[in-house]
Amino acid sequence: MQKRVTFRHLTLPYLFILPQLAITIVFFIWPAGEAIYQSLLRQDAFGLNTRFVGFENFERLFADPLYIDTLWRTLGFSVSVTLLSMLSALLFAVMADHVIRGATTYKTLLIWPYAVAPAIAGVLWWFLFNPSVGILAYLLQGLGYDWNPFLDGDDAMILVVIASAWKQVSYNFLFFLAGLQAIPRSLIEAAAIDGAGPVKRFWSIVFPLLSPTTFFLLVVNVVYAFFDTFGTIHATTSGGPGQSTTTLIYKVFNDGFIGLNYGSSAAQSVVLMIIVIGLTVVQFRYIERRVHY
Amino acid sequence: MSSISIRGVAKSYGNTPVIHDLDVEIAEGEFIVVVGPSGCGKSTLLRMIAGLERITGGEIAIGQRVVNELEPKDRDIAMVFQNYALYPHMSVFDNMAYGLKIAGLPREEIRQRVDRAAAILELADFLERKPRQLSGGQRQRVAMGRAIVRDPSVFLFDEPLSNLDAKLRVQMRLEIKQLQRSLGTTSVYVTHDQVEAMTLADRLIVMNAGVAEQIDTPLAVYSHPASRFVAGFIGSPAMNFLEATLTEDGSHLGLTTGDRLTLDHRPDGLGGGQNVTLGLRPEDLLLCQEPEASLHLRVEMVEPLGADTLVHGRLSAGNGAASEGADTTLVSATAGLMTLRLPGTAHFDQGERLPLRATPKSLHLFDAANGRRLS
Amino acid sequence: MVENRPFFTFVAHFVLLLGVAIVVLPLWLAFVASTHEPSALITGLMPLIPGDRLVENYELVLGEGVAASGAIPVWKMLFNSLVMALCIAIGKIAISLISAYAIVYFRFPFRTFCFWIIFITLMLPVEVRIVPTFEVVSSLNMLNSFAGLSVPLIASATATFLFRQFFLTVPDELVEAARIDGAGPWRFFQDILLPLSRTNIAALFVILFIYGWNQYLWPLLITTDQSFTTIVMGIQRMVTVADAEPQWHVVMATAVLAVLPPLAVVLGMQRLFVKGLVETEK
Repeated sequence: MQKRVTFRHLTLPYLFILPQLAITIVFFIWPAGEAIYQSLLRQDAFGLNTRFVGFENFERLFADPLYIDTLWRTLGFSVSVTLLSMLSALLFAVMADHVIRGATTYKTLLIWPYAVAPAIAGVLWWFLFNPSVGILAYLLQGLGYDWNPFLDGDDAMILVVIASAWKQVSYNFLFFLAGLQAIPRSLIEAAAIDGAGPVKRFWSIVFPLLSPTTFFLLVVNVVYAFFDTFGTIHATTSGGPGQSTTTLIYKVFNDGFIGLNYGSSAAQSVVLMIIVIGLTVVQFRYIERRVHY
Repeated sequence: MSSISIRGVAKSYGNTPVIHDLDVEIAEGEFIVVVGPSGCGKSTLLRMIAGLERITGGEIAIGQRVVNELEPKDRDIAMVFQNYALYPHMSVFDNMAYGLKIAGLPREEIRQRVDRAAAILELADFLERKPRQLSGGQRQRVAMGRAIVRDPSVFLFDEPLSNLDAKLRVQMRLEIKQLQRSLGTTSVYVTHDQVEAMTLADRLIVMNAGVAEQIDTPLAVYSHPASRFVAGFIGSPAMNFLEATLTEDGSHLGLTTGDRLTLDHRPDGLGGGQNVTLGLRPEDLLLCQEPEASLHLRVEMVEPLGADTLVHGRLSAGNGAASEGADTTLVSATAGLMTLRLPGTAHFDQGERLPLRATPKSLHLFDAANGRRLS
Repeated sequence: MVENRPFFTFVAHFVLLLGVAIVVLPLWLAFVASTHEPSALITGLMPLIPGDRLVENYELVLGEGVAASGAIPVWKMLFNSLVMALCIAIGKIAISLISAYAIVYFRFPFRTFCFWIIFITLMLPVEVRIVPTFEVVSSLNMLNSFAGLSVPLIASATATFLFRQFFLTVPDELVEAARIDGAGPWRFFQDILLPLSRTNIAALFVILFIYGWNQYLWPLLITTDQSFTTIVMGIQRMVTVADAEPQWHVVMATAVLAVLPPLAVVLGMQRLFVKGLVETEK
């Protein structure tokens, strides 16, 4: 964790670490502590009285069918986004690893969405799927499907899933491609000499060797779908129609800033923190295990 | 140039001692090589002289000045590292000039000094290149140049040749030796390679487990190793060791094979019947006619090296006890494994039994318990 | 692959072309839409090739903006985004470099404690603790300021972690050689460590610039004053106009302008971008 050779100085190290430490404490540790503290308090309707209520906010939260619905909806949303973007990215990466001609051109074109902000990605797809002006909505209606994300919750969900997955494809693609290119060619040649065809080679050799990348991307994508998609949803469906595209993070925002229900919002923040810490721990443990191989 | 005095120097990490109570006086202009197996503390010793490691006990003086508490830059030393430690983003010129710039020398003088060092090391054409554009030997020279330009009173070398291929190593070894002669700068050189140690050193420090086992000239170390460790470490192929017992009258050594070797004098402080370790260098075992033979070797493998021939085999029981064809070869593990070095080329069959002798002068005796030399 | 199968190669190209189409299509159509009159976009069947209103539409957007909603012109939003992105990228790199240097190259009391305080922040994205962070920033009077926009996003452990990893790969002998050459901790940092970190800094800058530019929730919360609107959040205000169809040609022109700078960075510095991306996440 540290160099064998170090400098000795009385003030320099403190001076150097101070800015980072100060910002961390003021904007991370303090607010996180505040969130935990507020999650144990409750304000009355006029915001005049605040009292300590213990875990009551959490109890109410998990007794609230709206919250439980949101929890399940967020899970479904995350799984859909993760699967859609990872599977298509894997497909593109395998193909790009195969072709010799044009591989760099494909790569250059496939990384574009990384530069697009989640909110803008949402607006782009919102435009294409807009029931009155969008060309994709026009095509769907032409096929006889009554597409309307303004009114139909499922349509709205499909829209935000597509926009979110689209944005994430380039990230996954780059990691899968790097993972594929790190597999020694000789392994694949050895398998070919052993008589394995391309499909068998992929499932018996390439895919297992990609598993560290896949696992890493799984965690990153779930975190992305949980938190970074706020912009995608907020700029398009605003969580609606009804609650049909409200995810956990959107609900924290909505209850905290629109509903001004601080206790509940803080409790929700704490739940999210626990989810993030859980995911991080899983990832660290997995990485540690990988080191031992 | 300066002398270096190392007085009672010790080093430990926490409770683990790595160097015990070392004393050595290094004269002005002397080339000292510290040699030993990895982990013996030789690099730590060098780094303590450089000021990169703190000293736990004793004191080090460069010239007349005790340097225990001085920063490396204030010790008037220069160091050449094993991996050269060249600054990768700086040109050869800047690499050599960096220390001088920090010392605040005028630009003109820096240029002169670097040019002079570059001329000596034949680097004049490479001054604008980056280290990665140089070959291994050239990088090595730049590292040397960085040491020379500072015109220090002491050079410290930390295994500087171990990253080079065998041929280049021989060449650079010669260059270092010539350079040190012409500059006359006191040098301490650490290596695990005994050939480097033998060829470069005015005096050797042979270290083992944090202790200086012997401090002497290379030839003295070779001909009179102070301990069984030194005897085994210096010399290639390594010295052969046999368990032996002093006869009651003290004039002979009895081997486990029943053979007897004549001694020219009774070793000091050793009583009759005591066990000793006998050391025989491979070149000190001589082929002879059967009547003169005091040892026999059963050949297992022959390695022709061109100039020499190495014969590996096991001691075989001696005169009288042996009858032709009977299996009298010692079977006790590696105890009887011996190597013999013969000049020129020679052919032997596997299983052949060679009669050998050794002159009394060439016998090295070591205490069987503590490994110290017995004279 | 090992054997040469023309059919498989054909399929691969087909799949990749399809992928490129899906990836590029929304951006292409946004550009097309931004070059037409509003009337061309009111039926569902929008044109697929650019129109002739490119100059007019962009002039309109960059100049007056959508004055009706009281918004600031788009060039001002672009400027705000640029300042925010630069502050975040440069600020993060600067404080991460020096804190990683302190952690790796010095031994001092509470070193491990500081290390853990900083690395805990790896786990907590700003979105998670958004309400209390907002309160802290508001109580520090940092609402509606560039400091409020960037400083809370500057401290993330990722960059510190990256530099720490890199510093650990720098050979110890370089420090020793520098000490023998007489360089103290500050000179070593400035003369040797910083130049050696150049590519890492550049790669990280690309990633962090995009990260900063694309911020959405945070600027949305802390800028109530319209003059601090960034381009990414500005678009949202154009799309969600009450009871009217958005002016899609304006929205799309703005979207193109919002995407252009980060896209230029990604494409122009593709090698550094890929390096930065893959290495920050290791």
